[in-house]
Amino acid sequence: MQPITVIRSRTVVLPSSNIDTDQIIPARFLTTTVREGLGVSLFADWRYDGNGRPRPDFVLNQPQAAGCQVLVAGRNIGCGSSREHAPWALLDHGFRAVISTEIADIFRSNSLKNGLLPIVVDEETHGWLLAHPGVEVEIDLPASTLRLPDGRSSRFPIEAFARYCLTHGIDELGYLLQQQPAIADYERARGDAR
Amino acid sequence: MPAPKSLFDKVWERHVVVPETAETPAVLYIDLHLVHEVTSPQAFDVLRARGLPVRRLDRTLATMDHSTPTDTAQIFGGLPIKLESAAKQVRQLEVNCAEFGVNLLGLRDDRRGIVHIIGPELGATQPGKTIVCGDSHTSTHGAFGALAFGIGTTEVGYVLATQCLLQRKPKSFAIDVTGRLPAGVTAKDLVLAIIGRIGVNGGTGHVIEYRGPAIEALSMDERMTVCNMSIEGGARAGMIAPDATTYEYLRGRPYAPAGVDWDAAVADWATLRTDDGAHFDRAISIDASSIEPMITFGTNPGMVTTVNGTVPERPGDDVFAKSLAYMGLQPGEALAEKPVQVVFIGSCTNARLSDLEAAANVLRGRKVAPGVRALIVPGSQQIKRQAEALGLAQVFQDSGAEWRESGCSMCLGMNGDLVDAGQYCVSTSNRNFEGRQGIGARTLLASPATAAAAAVRGRVTDPREFLG
Repeated sequence: MQPITVIRSRTVVLPSSNIDTDQIIPARFLTTTVREGLGVSLFADWRYDGNGRPRPDFVLNQPQAAGCQVLVAGRNIGCGSSREHAPWALLDHGFRAVISTEIADIFRSNSLKNGLLPIVVDEETHGWLLAHPGVEVEIDLPASTLRLPDGRSSRFPIEAFARYCLTHGIDELGYLLQQQPAIADYERARGDAR
Repeated sequence: MPAPKSLFDKVWERHVVVPETAETPAVLYIDLHLVHEVTSPQAFDVLRARGLPVRRLDRTLATMDHSTPTDTAQIFGGLPIKLESAAKQVRQLEVNCAEFGVNLLGLRDDRRGIVHIIGPELGATQPGKTIVCGDSHTSTHGAFGALAFGIGTTEVGYVLATQCLLQRKPKSFAIDVTGRLPAGVTAKDLVLAIIGRIGVNGGTGHVIEYRGPAIEALSMDERMTVCNMSIEGGARAGMIAPDATTYEYLRGRPYAPAGVDWDAAVADWATLRTDDGAHFDRAISIDASSIEPMITFGTNPGMVTTVNGTVPERPGDDVFAKSLAYMGLQPGEALAEKPVQVVFIGSCTNARLSDLEAAANVLRGRKVAPGVRALIVPGSQQIKRQAEALGLAQVFQDSGAEWRESGCSMCLGMNGDLVDAGQYCVSTSNRNFEGRQGIGARTLLASPATAAAAAVRGRVTDPREFLG
């Protein structure tokens, strides 16, 4: 995984609350056996009509969305299914961060494991971002700050361990594998050695 | 005196391999890892790329359910699986399990079924265990007093390789359910009422413990229905303390302890109860006796009312209005008498034998209404055989319903069982999200009895009309 430090990008806004992972990537695309190539199916049922043509009124189909790496979503994005295909699809499309007031647990965990930053902000910042789509924001992961174009800056909460792994490009599996002596001790202590 | 602990505290503490610190999450040991075809292929690829084996094959159990067809001919009749990508995914799980040595209850195995139904059915799900699966409805297993939660594919890889996860301890949430459910009101109605109360994000970051007399009175099938939908309230896990009902369910099942081990296990399980005075970060109380048959009207499970209720009004709420537009419903509209085109009875929420019995009690001697397609999908192949032996399958077929092989089926549109655009489907599954059952499908979540009543009348109907 590439280390993440600073992301500077314009935003795309999807104001709906409770955007579930079935919307982010519908179930019919989950028969894949690889991680790649899901970006084209991101938000498929909002993005394309019944004939597979892009709906011009959907924000991701509009020219100003091109190249945007930051998605601002309504409250409680990522609820529902545990499918990791949701962050895979967002990343494959080009997103690197998702901002909301609440982010569902499993989606948040899956996002962190893939280098998609789940950023929880307060209601006021969120309201401002929803009202100003397309603004340029700066996300500084080592400092855990989100900077708005008017210079306002706010800290966002992020698990220290996840931040360390992301800023150094380390995956958590390497850390877990280093715990194998402790895992073996645990198994032995409960009379269940391999 | 040690500090009083909750059921969740006790199960959590037993599984801490390395305690959490300010800098690092806990290393948490996983007792049972359930694997299925949709969320595992990329995890096996990681093991392959890094040259890692599966650490504990004896704690890993695989099956296939999401993308498998429910059409008998495609499983036993020599026809290929119609959806090519699904066939490839099923094949990939077979290859991965063979290569890594994982125990697979495969396509034609008579123990196959929906992963959250066969874990308990085989007795692999037990009190006090930590259980994970790459599926959010893993919360189902909490009905046994296990700590069970859904994980993503990356974490599936972690558990395959190390039998552990990195976790911060979640917060705790007590839901006390007082009184008793009235006649004709089911566990599904209870959990829909709970989600309506707390909202689809009400449990985020928490593990729920359901307790109180109404919970203790539930059968294991019913407790599983309640815990199953914990995730629809945002909680990753829901738990119910084990008791005599739990032990009786597990006794004699293939993976359950036997002989002297059984007695030792029961003695241990009996300690897994929340101590008086244990701390919960949040607590609410609900009176079961006030609950009626419930049905959803919107595009998330928190948008729920009674079967005799009306669609609420929320002026100025654009998201609510968008949801109603998708559903083709108006504020103030009565749900009873809403015509339905499809009825689905199945899924990890409501495809156990008692669910099928509840549906059969309504359908016996009656016909599915003209213009309604009713699909009844047992949760496992064992349940299928039991339902056939008890004559339930005959009741369904006589009524004009379709009777299928087990699988996730119409709960999610990835196996060929679909609701058409614009159709209303009264479904016993767990999610009414836009497009979940097919592009443009309009899902109304309800209990098996309510779904069966809708099949008979062709309209949303209070199932209590068919009582007695």
